[in-house]
Amino acid sequence: MGPSDSIFGNHVIEIQELYKYYGDRRAIGPLSTRIAQGEVVGLLGLNGAGKTTTLRVLACDLLPTSGSVRVAGFDVVERPDEVRAKVGYLPDRPPLYDDMTVREYLSYAARLRNVPTNQVKKRVADVEELTEIGDVANQLIGSLSHGFKQRVGIAQAIVHGPELVVLDEPISGLDPVQIMEMRELVRGLRGAHTVVVSSHILTEISETCDRILVIDDGRIAWSGTETELSATLKQGMRIALTVRAAGSSAEATADKARAALSGLTGVREIEALEGGETGDGIASLRVAVSADVREEVGKSLVQAGLGILQLAREKELESMFLELLGEGSEQPGRKRRKKRQAEADLGSVPPAPSKEPS
Amino acid sequence: MRALIIARRELYAYLRSPLGSAIIAAALLVDGILFYFASLDTKRLSAQLLTQFFYDSSAATMVAGLLLSMRLLAEERQAGTITLLNTAPIRDRDIVLGKFVSSFGVLTLMNLLTAYMPLMVYIRGKVSVGHILVGYLGLILLGAAVTAIGLFASSLARSQVVAVIIGAAMVASMILLWVVARAVNPPFNTFFSGLALHHENYRPFMVGTLSFDRVAYYLMVTYFFLLSATKVLEARRWR
Repeated sequence: MGPSDSIFGNHVIEIQELYKYYGDRRAIGPLSTRIAQGEVVGLLGLNGAGKTTTLRVLACDLLPTSGSVRVAGFDVVERPDEVRAKVGYLPDRPPLYDDMTVREYLSYAARLRNVPTNQVKKRVADVEELTEIGDVANQLIGSLSHGFKQRVGIAQAIVHGPELVVLDEPISGLDPVQIMEMRELVRGLRGAHTVVVSSHILTEISETCDRILVIDDGRIAWSGTETELSATLKQGMRIALTVRAAGSSAEATADKARAALSGLTGVREIEALEGGETGDGIASLRVAVSADVREEVGKSLVQAGLGILQLAREKELESMFLELLGEGSEQPGRKRRKKRQAEADLGSVPPAPSKEPS
Repeated sequence: MRALIIARRELYAYLRSPLGSAIIAAALLVDGILFYFASLDTKRLSAQLLTQFFYDSSAATMVAGLLLSMRLLAEERQAGTITLLNTAPIRDRDIVLGKFVSSFGVLTLMNLLTAYMPLMVYIRGKVSVGHILVGYLGLILLGAAVTAIGLFASSLARSQVVAVIIGAAMVASMILLWVVARAVNPPFNTFFSGLALHHENYRPFMVGTLSFDRVAYYLMVTYFFLLSATKVLEARRWR
């Protein structure tokens, strides 16, 4: 685990030794973290890792079993109304009334969240514009597509101008175009709000968030930026490379590229790229690096007299995520959960572990 | 008042949904048919006819009260919209109160729409205005109690059907306490008859007798079940 100290000042979220049990089953805990004002943080984890429970506690939909959770300086147990006034929450299933029009619904949500009556109309118009749902504002919510419903869900979460916006799997069920639009929408919240987004898709989190919190078995398994994540993992970043040397064979070009890169700091391994572009004097390689040295790689190749046809970072975040969660080297928590799952599948669920001290 | 925001939304839902209109129409139809047959008995005094009207209307009120209240919280849980309320800066008691006010308001409106029948008795017969007013007070109080019971049942279930079954079972049990009262010896018979939802407590209103004990009984039943529904909502956050 590599907790990264935030560059931001005030902390909107402060969680200390949080535990949440459903009956005897521990859903989360011990979980401690802090999120600074203005950060866009991705909560990443597999299904059942504890993401939704964590977000529900932040939104005061659930109360913690033990531990301290403060949002905008208010404790979620002692001052829930103050917390709720400062949080906007989109659950994995948007809480929408099909029999209301979009505008009626947003006005209702605004009034519920203490927006003064004389400002409701303006706030609703503002969020309609921000989330680009003005064209459907007078349509019944029940008649909208899934993508628009998600947008309305986000609109209700920000209609009262909350300090913290909590989005649980906002891209779930969206098509690729809608995913891109939703990504833009979430990015658009940056600055005006602190945002916590959950997802089990690492690429999604990395596209939209400043920082990633990896949650596994109810605990934060890792915290940091995407770059830190790739540096932490043994696999690291990989660069796909296609180069050409006029008048040479493909093998000679590859050897030339290897020679140019082998002495470079940060380059760990160079291998042939299967399925890469081929041709006279063209070689495709994959370079494993321990840091982002794409610029240095480019310079070295040019200096070696090679033409660069392609130099791109390979997106292998999902495999990095699995590596982090111990697919390669099993971590205790994951092993335990896998064992429990396997035994549950066989119909012999062992008794839940006793509660950890809080 | 924050509960009124929720009450307004719920009234809106009743107006848009065919269910609310259908329940009211059916109850009014049943009331009208029963009144028509009761009025065919020419030997009956007008005061007796009015008493019979309030008796018949109480049944329609209880059934309509349960049907109107079954959706209040169960539907929110089923649709996931309860999250909007749970995460808004509004207290659980305001959620319950808002829901109650809307359902009780619709039920009261339904009862007031039956007023043409007692008015006909008043015009053509010899009954006092007080009898009519006290009768309606009884109907309204009974409606409030049944709505609160239905709302409590709705807080326990995710399905509206299950909610109405639980509510009906509770109302039926409370009505049948007068049977229990007959089967046991003093002082328990007084105790059970005093708790019965309809028999001993509703009869005085039917005949136009205003009893503050009975008013207090219905108010307490209403308060008890609204409080219980609030506690159920609060408890869910700790689960």
